[in-house]
Amino acid sequence: MSKDMMPMFELYQPTDIGNALDLADKFGADGWKVAGGQDSLDWIKDRAKRTKVVIDLTRIADAGLRGIRETTDGIEIGALTTLTEIEENELIKERFGLLASAAAKVASPQIRNVGTIGGNVCQDTRCWYYRSGIDCYRAGGTTCYADTPEAMNREHCLFGADRCVAVTPSDTGPALVALDASMVIRNADGERVVAAEDFFIGPDVDIERMTVLQPGDILTAIRIPNTWAGASFYFEKVADRNTWDFALVNIAAALRINNGRIEDIRIAAGGVECIPRRMTVVEDIVRGSAQDDETATLAGSSASRGATPLNYNHFKIPLLENLVTRAIRDA
Amino acid sequence: MKGPVTFYPGESARGPGASFFKSRASRRAFIKGVIASGAVVGSSTFLFGSLGGCSSDRPAVGSIERLISLNVNGQVRRVDVLPNETLAMTLRYKLGLTGTKLGCDRGECGACTVIIDGVSTYSCSTLTHMVGDRQVRTIEGLERPNGELHPVQQAMIDELGPQCGFCTPGQIMAAVALLEVNANPTRDEVRHALSGNLCRCGAYDHYLNSVMRAAQGA
Repeated sequence: MSKDMMPMFELYQPTDIGNALDLADKFGADGWKVAGGQDSLDWIKDRAKRTKVVIDLTRIADAGLRGIRETTDGIEIGALTTLTEIEENELIKERFGLLASAAAKVASPQIRNVGTIGGNVCQDTRCWYYRSGIDCYRAGGTTCYADTPEAMNREHCLFGADRCVAVTPSDTGPALVALDASMVIRNADGERVVAAEDFFIGPDVDIERMTVLQPGDILTAIRIPNTWAGASFYFEKVADRNTWDFALVNIAAALRINNGRIEDIRIAAGGVECIPRRMTVVEDIVRGSAQDDETATLAGSSASRGATPLNYNHFKIPLLENLVTRAIRDA
Repeated sequence: MKGPVTFYPGESARGPGASFFKSRASRRAFIKGVIASGAVVGSSTFLFGSLGGCSSDRPAVGSIERLISLNVNGQVRRVDVLPNETLAMTLRYKLGLTGTKLGCDRGECGACTVIIDGVSTYSCSTLTHMVGDRQVRTIEGLERPNGELHPVQQAMIDELGPQCGFCTPGQIMAAVALLEVNANPTRDEVRHALSGNLCRCGAYDHYLNSVMRAAQGA
C-alpha cells in the first residue's frame, strides 16, 4: 500500500447548489463529487479509478444539504449530514431508531464523524476484484472475476446476479428501504424524488452504477415519511470485525405490532444482492400473524427462497434466514 | 548500553548511522525553513515531485487558491497546498508536525487521527482544502505552554499505555476528543471511542487503563 500522493486533480469548492450543479453538468463523468471523502479518496489513491476533477460538496450552504428537519409528513435529512449526527439526533432516535442504529454500525467512529448519509448510500461496491482496478464487467470489461471456479467470493451475492455478483455495502440503505424513504435528486434540469427502493439499481439495470444517479445529478436530501414513526424496529449487522468491516449480511425491519399481532411490516437485507433486498415474500407471510417463534421461523426459512449461492458464500443462506427470524421475533 | 542502531546528537560518529541522523536532522530544519518562506518543499520531491505546481502534467487552473491559512494548534499557518493533498501530508511534510503518523493512508488504522473542531478525524482521508477555517489539533498541541502534559498523555506514561508507540498519537487524539464531550466515560464507552484506532502490539487494555486513569484524574 503506497503512501505517496494521489494523482493530480483539479479541485472545485462550490458554495451554492447552482454552482455545484453547473460544475457537475459541465464535467459530467469526469467530475467526481466528494462529500465526506472517506471512500472516494481510497479509489483515487489506489489508482483504481482516476478523475480529472473533484467537486467538493461540503461547502454548499444552501438547498438544505445539511441538517435534519421536521416536515409536514415526516423528516428530511440533508445529504451532507454525517452518520454521527444521525446516530445522535433526538428526532431520529425517537421516531426512526432503525436509521440511528444502522448509522451507528457503519465503519469506525472517525469515519462516521466525517462520512455522510448521502455518501453512505451512494458508495460503490466492495468487490475486491473490481476495487483492484481490473477490467471486470462493472469496470467496463467482459469478465466477472468473482464468479469463476477459483474466485474468492465469500462476500458476494445470493440474489440478482447478472454478469456481476457484487453486493451493496451500505448499512443505512436497507434501513432507508425499510422506512420507505425517498431520495431528493437535483440536476441542471430540476429536482426529482425517487423512492429508496428504486434508487438502488442492480447490474441488470446498469452494470456500471449502483444507484440511479447520473453524472450530472446531486443527491441533496433524504425524506422519511411518518408512516413508520415509532414502530418496532430491528437492525443487526454481521461482519467479520465490529469496526470498519462491511456487512456480510445486515437486516433492517420495521414492524407495526398490535396486541401481539404483526399488522404491517417492511424488511430489507444488505450484503445479499447488489441492492438492499426488500423481502416482500417475508412481509406477506408474517403480515397478520402473531409475533411468535413459529411465525419468525417460517419467515426466516422463506427469506432464502431463490438464492443462488456462489462457491464460498453458502453460509449467507442460514445467516440471512437467522437474521430474518430474529428480526421478526425480537423487534 | 544503547542498541547498535541508536544514535544521539553529540555521539561520536561511528559508522553510517551517525551521518544518517545528522542528515535527517538537518533536513527537518531545512523543511521548516522552507515552510516559513511559503515555498514548495524541495526535499519532499519523493512525495510531491512530478506533481508539483510547475509540472507539465498538472491540469489547467482550478478554482481553488493554493496558498491557504490553516489553523493548527491555535496558530494560523500559511501553507501552499496542492488540490490532491491530504491533511496528514500537509501536517507532516509541510508543517513539520510529524507527531501525526501515517499507518495505512486509507482510513483503516487510525494512526493519523487529529481533532478538527472537536471531532476526531482521519487526517489521511481529509483533503487539506476541505478543512477551511476549522481548527485542527494534533498531538503537538496537547501539551500546555508550561510543558505540562495533557492528562491523557500523562496517564499513558503512568499506565505504560503504549508498547511500540506508533499508534499512540492517534489513540490519544481519539481519547481526548471523547473526554471533551464525556468527561466521565465508562470503560465500554472508551473502548467504543477508540475502536477506530488499531494497535498492532495489541496494547488495547493498556490504552483503556490509561484513558480511564485520565478521566478519573480530570
